[in-house]
Amino acid sequence: MAKIDEYIPLVGQSVIDDLILLGERLKGKVIQNINSTPVGGGVAEILNRMVPLLRELGVDTKWDVIKGGEQFFDVTKKFHNALHGRAEAINKRDFEIFMETSQQNIENLDTYGDIVFIHDPQPIAMVKKKTTNKWLWRCHIDVSNPNEKVWGFLVDFINQYDSAVFSAPVFSRKLPIRQFLISPSIDPLSDKNIVLPQKIVDSVLRKYDIKKDKPILTQISRFDRLKDPIGVVETYLQVKKYINCQLILAGGTAEDDPEGFKVLEEVKERAKNDPDIHVLLLSQNDLEVNALQWASDIIIQKSLKEGFGLTVAEALWKAKPVVASNVGGIPLQIKHKYSGLLCHSVQGASFAIKQLLSSPAYAKKLGENGREHIKNNFLITRHLRDYMLLFLSLYHPEDVVHLC
Amino acid sequence: MPELIRAKEPFKFCTRLHLSELTGLRATTLGQLLSIIKEVPGSCIYHHTHRFLQQHQYLSPEPPNDFAYWVTDTLGEDELGERLVSIDTLQYSTIRDLREKIASTIEGYLIDNPLAKMKFARLEEEFHFIKSVSFILPTNYIAYDLKGFVEVLKKITMDSIYFHIFEARLRLEKPTNDFALWIENSLGDKKLANSLSSFDPYTSTLEDLRKKIIRIIERKIP
Repeated sequence: MAKIDEYIPLVGQSVIDDLILLGERLKGKVIQNINSTPVGGGVAEILNRMVPLLRELGVDTKWDVIKGGEQFFDVTKKFHNALHGRAEAINKRDFEIFMETSQQNIENLDTYGDIVFIHDPQPIAMVKKKTTNKWLWRCHIDVSNPNEKVWGFLVDFINQYDSAVFSAPVFSRKLPIRQFLISPSIDPLSDKNIVLPQKIVDSVLRKYDIKKDKPILTQISRFDRLKDPIGVVETYLQVKKYINCQLILAGGTAEDDPEGFKVLEEVKERAKNDPDIHVLLLSQNDLEVNALQWASDIIIQKSLKEGFGLTVAEALWKAKPVVASNVGGIPLQIKHKYSGLLCHSVQGASFAIKQLLSSPAYAKKLGENGREHIKNNFLITRHLRDYMLLFLSLYHPEDVVHLC
Repeated sequence: MPELIRAKEPFKFCTRLHLSELTGLRATTLGQLLSIIKEVPGSCIYHHTHRFLQQHQYLSPEPPNDFAYWVTDTLGEDELGERLVSIDTLQYSTIRDLREKIASTIEGYLIDNPLAKMKFARLEEEFHFIKSVSFILPTNYIAYDLKGFVEVLKKITMDSIYFHIFEARLRLEKPTNDFALWIENSLGDKKLANSLSSFDPYTSTLEDLRKKIIRIIERKIP
């Protein structure tokens, strides 16, 4: 795991100096993160990097995970889909299951932090334990058009927090508590983002029997309907009519996502007659993900809904041209026609891909602009800074805070 | 060779870090945009007229405020966008004054172009009002003379330069930027101070701004 000083060559000494200054202001406070899974998915990935770095900056940071059985995670997956606006049959029993498990966690999990930082809806009811300490709710998902029944259920908990955090402005709603905009980030020194020697990239391609004899289109995502893997296959097929190319659909599944394997099977079924479609189940193999991104000519992120879409930032950091849906946090990362191409449909995505494959100089320029944008706004050092400011904001309600 | 003047009071470099606070307020039409602009806290106006400077510091020459961008890009009202983008922020010494200018510009346009009221943004393209919450911290860098000052300028963060040039003047309502103030008041060099306050910092990227300030000051170092 990288140490904070190792980021200096990438972001400069003064950026790290600022982080150290902020860390000093948080001495004596215990920050307790709580989420629902230690591995898999963006939240666990971010916490795995953030927690040690915050500690190194002198911020006493802990991370606890709630417990839940299969029934509970089936319900929270339904909540997740419903919050993304998908039609889900949610009944009274689902809410009861959610509350039963929540109650067990309330009884068994100690909330000792001066600041308790709850991630996503699964542990949201823990706020019933709130006393005089500060509580933050971090929403990592796209709630721009939520199922009102589920949102209405959650909002009673949200309103008990001191502040909420969203990844994009479009997710904010009128709430009686303060709401902050904090985008997630990528870690440029993680296995997923470090610069790889060509021989490693080649060895990963060999492992999966992928030849570089035609352009590679890649979507890296969990096998989740909201990532629209079937739509990606449709997009590829439309491009393939005119330009010979191949498609990689690669991703893992998370412990709290019981639907993943079902979606994977559907994708395999759809792809089975085309040898140029490579469907790869990668279980937490960040180096391989990294290699596949480096090897790609175009990265696709054709999500129907997206909390943020860190895979876009990962691709742009590698200066890859990206074609992605105009949803969730993606337009924060891509300025259309400047640092990538945004689309709204299979037809739009395939047109954009054809355009980029036919104009390599344009594709290269988009990738370069994208890398610069990520460097300035979406690296983990900015995220560390925002989180420390967020913690400080709990003790400073004013708009201009003098920490002199 | 003339000696460097040593200031009685050193320049203490601060940095300004910011958080974006969501308000939940959103506009779909020009009419809504106008009425919310009139009501939101000054921190919102500040955010939407300065955010681009920091977030897109690699774009050059940089660029419009959020209101101008939305009006042009989403509603297709290019003429109003041009009027908004060309508001000379330097002419306004307070956020209140700047807000009034933005509001009157939109009002005037709506009187001349009543059909512009009929345009709606799509759901995902609404204008979301965001507040800028600033945290001002002292850094460990100080300077007593121009040589030391330039040395720090070369290595300080963009956030620090941003704070002393933009935020100190408009948000903290000082008569000019901090660098010019110190050079005039503590070093007594009014001419150099004028050079540092007479250019428009809104038309450069922050990195270009850093270079420009360093260049101007280095000419005065013996």
